[in-house]
Amino acid sequence: MKSALSQLEVVRPRTLAQALRALHEPAGERPIPLAGGTDLFVYLNAGTPIGRRFLDLWGLRELRGIRLGPTHATLGALTTFREIREHPGLRRRFPSLVAAASEIGAAQIQNRATLGGNIANASPAGDSLPVLMAHDAVVIARSTRGERAIAFAGLFRGYRDLALEPDELIAAVRLPFAPPGAFPFFRKVGTRRAQSISKVVFSGLIHTGRGGRADLVRLAWGSVAPVTLRAAEAERAILGHVPAAAVDAARAALARDIAPIDDIRSDRAYRMAVAGNVLAQFLRAAARR
Amino acid sequence: MVDLTVNRKRRRVRVPALKRLLDVLRDECELTGTKEGCGEGECGACTVLLNGRAVNSCLVPAIHAAGARVVTVEGLGSERRLSALQRAFVELGGAQCGICTPGMLISAYELIARSKRRVPSEDEVREALAGNLCRCTGYQKIVDAVRAAAGGGRTARGRPASRRARSLGGSPRSRPALFAAAPRKASPGGSPPSARSARRPRASRGGRS
Repeated sequence: MKSALSQLEVVRPRTLAQALRALHEPAGERPIPLAGGTDLFVYLNAGTPIGRRFLDLWGLRELRGIRLGPTHATLGALTTFREIREHPGLRRRFPSLVAAASEIGAAQIQNRATLGGNIANASPAGDSLPVLMAHDAVVIARSTRGERAIAFAGLFRGYRDLALEPDELIAAVRLPFAPPGAFPFFRKVGTRRAQSISKVVFSGLIHTGRGGRADLVRLAWGSVAPVTLRAAEAERAILGHVPAAAVDAARAALARDIAPIDDIRSDRAYRMAVAGNVLAQFLRAAARR
Repeated sequence: MVDLTVNRKRRRVRVPALKRLLDVLRDECELTGTKEGCGEGECGACTVLLNGRAVNSCLVPAIHAAGARVVTVEGLGSERRLSALQRAFVELGGAQCGICTPGMLISAYELIARSKRRVPSEDEVREALAGNLCRCTGYQKIVDAVRAAAGGGRTARGRPASRRARSLGGSPRSRPALFAAAPRKASPGGSPPSARSARRPRASRGGRS
């Protein structure tokens, strides 16, 4: 570990209220929330200067638990991807979230990494984020001032820039059930199936009504722009059409929605082509079932 | 001060709160079987069980191990008395240079414990070990060893591995409680259905890793 341990300080609240106070009126530098550590320790091990004070959330029971209500599921911020994978209700209601949870890192990461952490890390390549966006998730933020619900669509203001106040903590995620008959989909494209950071990651949700025409389309993408985003033009190209017949128009529109870059993991042309292929795969899969 | 249980032994260590569990095990507990590979949760060499779950100990702060049960490779067996899983690795060529082996064994152990008495399929083994990188074996021998130890194949000496799986993780008496769900014997009447494909020809296997 390349960080100097003696210079790092950890605040260990016993209750959520204590944690929120530590964020609101920090005695010194504002502490960085620490959950499963699978992102933060990568920085600490590398000696990346991310801060010296940390707020250990791991023991806070208020941030745990998966609850299924009549219209939506609520997942505590500390819910691990393993817990998501193994939850029978989520497997039934949110198979695309379970699919994403199964492809994040590998077993060791899934046993520690949390849904709240994936959101807070705000990487444009965060694999659970397109699923949450496609399901119109709501992030429940807590602070000493109370609770605030933030629609996922408005959560990411820019590259790694969350619409959260500095003293707000992600407490839970609310996931509305998809309409009956809707088709959820998840596809991650990386160098290999496990342990890879996505080149392109996608989650879709589509529902067809009369004549097989789409009356609900949500296409959410990661790794193709500075933020996780919905492909609004591609969605418009599909709405009101039979999905399988809208493939070409949707692909053309998608090229205007996303702005992939060349980086160490892939390049713009590849990502553009693969995103189009994944979209076509989704639309054809929706038609086949 | 952090109190934890390592390989069934209670320990009290005085360490900084964010000291990595990996370093606590190696420095304070003097258990150097757990290796550091990449130091960023990619390679799995530092995998240990934390309350029965495989984790990268290079990403776990000491305070998250407080009150927890930790199992390292030293807790699976001893040099004099290898567990069935370890013997299967030896006999089927699952270990070469050895750096990845402690982590591989722990991940395999978690899978076998989680699978109860069912022999995990080849795909399940590959998925469970996807977070453990090996640059020597090409993985196939490791996969074969894990399935053999789980009772789904024969070891090099030709005896069903399941008969010897009793000592997996130590003798029953010395086995930590969290290993209570570990497999003992294959179902009477032969291998479970999922084991039948255990020895299918290499050509039919995908190149996935």
